[in-house]
Amino acid sequence: MTRQIVIDPITRVEGHGKVTLYLDDSGEVRDARLHVTQFRGFEKFCEGRPFSEMPSLTARICGICPVSHSLASAKACDALLAVQVPRTAQNLRKILNLAQLLQSHALSFFHLSSPDLLLGMESDPAERNVFGVIRSHPSLARNGIRLRQIGQQMIETLGAKRIHSPWVIPGGVAGPLASEDREALLVLIPEALSIIQETIEWFRSVLNQYTEEIRTFANFPTLFLALVAGDGHLDHYDGRMRVIDSEGNRLLDQADPAQYADYIEEWVEPDSYLKSPCYKPMGYPDGIYRVGSLARLNAVDRCGTPRADEAWKELPQPNQGPLLSSFHYHYARLVESLYAVERIEEILHDPDILDDRVCARAQPNNLEGVGAIEAPRGTLIHHYRIDKNGLMVWANLIVATGHNNLAMNRGILQVAKEYVKGDRISEGILNRIEAVIRSFDPCLSCSTHALARMSLQIQLLAPTGECLDMVAR
Amino acid sequence: MGGHRLPACDPQTKKLDNNMSKEFTIRINGRDIPAQEGETVLDVARRSDIYIPALCHLKGLSPVGACRLCLVEVKGVSRLVPSCTTYVHEGLDVITDSEGIQKCRMVILQLLFSERNHTCSVCVSNGHCELQAIAENLGMNYVRYPYRFPALKVDASHEKYAIDHNRCVLCTRCVRVCKEVEGAHTLEIIGRGVHSLVLADLDGLWGESQTCTGCGKCVQVCPTGALFEKGKAVGQMKKRNEFLPYLMSMRSLNR
Repeated sequence: MTRQIVIDPITRVEGHGKVTLYLDDSGEVRDARLHVTQFRGFEKFCEGRPFSEMPSLTARICGICPVSHSLASAKACDALLAVQVPRTAQNLRKILNLAQLLQSHALSFFHLSSPDLLLGMESDPAERNVFGVIRSHPSLARNGIRLRQIGQQMIETLGAKRIHSPWVIPGGVAGPLASEDREALLVLIPEALSIIQETIEWFRSVLNQYTEEIRTFANFPTLFLALVAGDGHLDHYDGRMRVIDSEGNRLLDQADPAQYADYIEEWVEPDSYLKSPCYKPMGYPDGIYRVGSLARLNAVDRCGTPRADEAWKELPQPNQGPLLSSFHYHYARLVESLYAVERIEEILHDPDILDDRVCARAQPNNLEGVGAIEAPRGTLIHHYRIDKNGLMVWANLIVATGHNNLAMNRGILQVAKEYVKGDRISEGILNRIEAVIRSFDPCLSCSTHALARMSLQIQLLAPTGECLDMVAR
Repeated sequence: MGGHRLPACDPQTKKLDNNMSKEFTIRINGRDIPAQEGETVLDVARRSDIYIPALCHLKGLSPVGACRLCLVEVKGVSRLVPSCTTYVHEGLDVITDSEGIQKCRMVILQLLFSERNHTCSVCVSNGHCELQAIAENLGMNYVRYPYRFPALKVDASHEKYAIDHNRCVLCTRCVRVCKEVEGAHTLEIIGRGVHSLVLADLDGLWGESQTCTGCGKCVQVCPTGALFEKGKAVGQMKKRNEFLPYLMSMRSLNR
């Protein structure tokens, strides 16, 4: 007899989701499923629109990472135009992408996950939120809010708008960087660096309190996928595909993201609007892989900036291979934030950064184009087909959270097996299940391009399908 | 609609105006303002810095009174009349901004927004759109009617320009500039009521039109993002229609 536990809705994640735990006759957890329950249909309703609207249209998929969508989309449009984007425009887009990475990582670490880390997984849920953190750890909370603000301020300085800026356009960007804006960006760098370094030191000093979480939070072998620069460094804007296995062997390297369909196949589960991509050569479900901050740092040879390289090295690593516990996504996010600020400073010192040739103009020259970037949550792919007049006929979007779907499901199962005993879920267990999902920092509304409330539900179902317990926020 | 058909923009009329036009004093919102024969209430209000919203009106094109946003009250007339087609005469007494007028304009504006698909945030003309500016000016913060979202096709068959019927308010500026200024009369309204569409050569694809000269005047006079230059991204389509008064005044001098 199978019984089920349902958690609905999941809290402190972006989007709306639900978890079902299936119990066997002896009351042990047999299986776990994450359902993303809403659907928005961007791929469908973009059909018939001029391709040049796509960067702004698809940015509306998300309010947290609109920059990622507009950049992936603009890169797909660049491929349709078949133009070489001016180097300055590429650099400006890179700064924008890194600023977005910074603000999104700050949101994930400080606003969404720090309540678990600072106040404890089992602490009073009424206090276990960003306001509780502000009360108990005011200086850390202030730093987190400030760091996110710095990222958002950089986006606004470039694109005149923090959210849904239409600055990224096919062929480049809408306008050059003014000299005073460059200075305004540079002024923010030292403060951002010091906040991140302070946070990294603090987090490293308390990591030994989380050995249980490190052991049980999606800690299993999978593949890792990331876009990596030709020299093996991080490159969130223009990298090429690298896939490594759980021992660090390269299964794929420097593959053109335009050929993604040769390496990734998408599976559809009957109980979720979120697709389950897997690594095609290994098939479903063995081709399970992870993307995002941890996958990127596992996949690259080095970050490529001195402070970030140092910080990543300082994480105590049990063995030589990739880190397998998804709990380390948190640390990886902090390291990437450091990298982002260092890289932004480097690019701002590029001698051509103020050049005013920032857009290549052309009529569409290809009927099909793919754009891929590393969004904060992982590899993001936009794939478009247009008719001869430049109107969209087909779109496929593979969003970071989707890549992680199989791993998130398995991670929930691992935590549930460890903590769920009997047919009731305690609040602390509910939070641990949510926390493993949070470690991936999923964006459920992005992943199905679905409009959603921020919430989660867990259901505990009996073998007959009878709902034994349901916890909702 | 009220008033005599005396197109103020007619080159011949303008010539006469220069010589011996009659002068009147009219009253707008209780203020006495001098006006000349051949002027409309909207002309006088605009040059006297009195705001009257209008979409279909454009200086240089014949007035049609299509959008109904410029409705005003005229003393002695029981209904509201469009100020763009109401010509001045001695003693004309006009109110441009009463509670009734505001209510009426708001209804018209909301009907315009509900009829097709005016999602400003993803429109090529976002930030440079006359419909959007009027909605801001009149303080429209909701639409009480259900949106129709008719899912009309975009005609992007022309080499340089495209028309998105979803953003068209049927003001007919494009039709008039094509007919009256360019002389091609490529564009015309086909169908009736909410099913009306601006189409090229009676029902064809724009790119296959035999009459279109590709001058682009229709694009520049369009008040919304309905007509746009292909390849423009969101917010990048700025219309330039200053050419029109200049062109008309040069024509009136036969240059």
